[in-house]
Amino acid sequence: MLDVLARLGRIGIGILGHIGRGHLLLLSILGGIPLLARRPRLLIAQIYAVGVLSMLIIAVSGTFVGMVLGLQGYYILSQFGAEQTLGVMVAASLVRELGPVVAALLFAGRAGSALTAEIGLMGATEQLSGLEMMAVNPIKRILAPRFLAGVISMPLLAAVFSALGVMGGYFVGVGLLGVDDGAFWSQMQTKIDLHEDVYNGVIKSLVFGFVCTWIALFQGYYATPTSEGVSRATTRTVVHSSLAVLGLDFILTALMFGD
Amino acid sequence: MTSVSKPLVKVRDLYFSRGDKAIFEGVDLDIYRGWITAIMGPSGTGKTTLLKLIGGQLRPDSGTIEVDGVDVHRLGSGDLYRLRKRMGMLFQSGALLTDISVFDNVAYPLREHTGLPETMIRKLVLLKLEAVGLRGARDLMPGELSGGMARRVALARAMALDPMMIMYDEPFTGQDPISLGVLVKLISSLNDASRLTSIIVSHDVEETAQIADYIYVISRGKVVDQGMPDQMMNSDAPWTRQFMKGLPDGPAAFHYPAPELEKDLMGRS
Ligand SMILES: Nc1ncnc2c1ncn2[C@@H]1O[C@H](COP(=O)(O)OP(=O)(O)O)[C@@H](O)[C@H]1O
Ligand SMILES: [Mg+2]
Repeated sequence: MLDVLARLGRIGIGILGHIGRGHLLLLSILGGIPLLARRPRLLIAQIYAVGVLSMLIIAVSGTFVGMVLGLQGYYILSQFGAEQTLGVMVAASLVRELGPVVAALLFAGRAGSALTAEIGLMGATEQLSGLEMMAVNPIKRILAPRFLAGVISMPLLAAVFSALGVMGGYFVGVGLLGVDDGAFWSQMQTKIDLHEDVYNGVIKSLVFGFVCTWIALFQGYYATPTSEGVSRATTRTVVHSSLAVLGLDFILTALMFGD
Repeated sequence: MTSVSKPLVKVRDLYFSRGDKAIFEGVDLDIYRGWITAIMGPSGTGKTTLLKLIGGQLRPDSGTIEVDGVDVHRLGSGDLYRLRKRMGMLFQSGALLTDISVFDNVAYPLREHTGLPETMIRKLVLLKLEAVGLRGARDLMPGELSGGMARRVALARAMALDPMMIMYDEPFTGQDPISLGVLVKLISSLNDASRLTSIIVSHDVEETAQIADYIYVISRGKVVDQGMPDQMMNSDAPWTRQFMKGLPDGPAAFHYPAPELEKDLMGRS
């Protein structure tokens, strides 16, 4: 009995220690962001690595998700003779939910895992220690630009996802299934609200970008410096990020659209 | 060997542990200015850890480490970074940044810390690379270098800011005989030409004894012996004898602790 309690206690302390270290790391990373104003090239290189290189998977997935929405939406809406509102349905689902959430899940798999592996390997090959001994702070020099790049890229990627999704839905709904072209767009224009839908979606993806990049950098920075350690850390990044995105999405949705 | 003044690095009563495992239990040592001091001991005794403690990357449980008269672990991070610019460290793997070229690796500390114009940096980098014989390799990526070359590039990088001392972590391990000879000569000529102080951490007895002015042997968390290389080679202390001569039997057992072989073989699992 006492054994179990002791074990639970130790696990609890471990988790709290983790959370504490995570927040301290975040603070140091945020402290490195002013440096980026003086050296924007560091940031731009990372936006390319984290954001631009994730574009392809985001674009392709967005298009297909939009096409599926167009198809499914059409079958349901046409049962009620409401296929004119297909545009609204596709756009609202994408901008409010699927854009931020699916883009974040893809981001965690594509960019988050790459970040963890990169930082973890830099640790395992003593590159981070090497920087420290050159009097260069690796948190400011390596982690901070990656963090900011993630936070900036995520909403843009979600926007690309949603935009191409709408095009995919348009292609299937209007192009293949014969929904009226004008109705598709005009309904969408009148029913989608800039504040209610678009801004809230952007806030969501900012939050997801923040959390996913933070998790990825934390896992990389504290990975056990062996090949096995880095591989485990990479897996943890994807799992923790995905769970965090889904959990946070529920909370944010409840806060934003709940009343 | 210059005359002995105040030591550059002073380690006093150092205790350090990782988790439950004690790594240092009361280490005292001095690193004298202008000398090449070797710290020797078998793998896993904490040689790398000691260098990281000296560089302020790790914090001792108790005891002090002074570098050039200041306690490393009492410095604020600004002062610590300033001190580190005067200490070079050569990591076992070289620790070059793998995504930039040899030239950019050597230029890295200069670009980060000096604000010199690019034409000046170019000259300095080429001079440093020339000193390690790799000026021609400046456009290669670290992945294209052999282990010995990577270490020489790392050495050029460690020298970039003209430090007062350099710490070498196992510089000889895993080198072919030729690059070994090159490294041995390089370390000792750099030390003399640039009036450096060098710390070499190693378990390669022969090469280290060739160039060291003074040797400490550590084992199980303590300094077990120290002296000039020839004293050490002829030492009677059983531990030193075993280590310096590479004898399988002695105070350090060949076998990891285990039950008797016979019992183990007859047992079930
Ligand atoms: N990051 C680390 N976390 C936990 N234990 C470590 C770490 N680095 C080294 N150790 C342990 O500390 C001991 C000393 O390591 P090290 O200083 O690398 O030895 P050496 O350089 O003499 O071979 C080893 O037993 C090693 O397993
Ligand atoms: Mg070592």
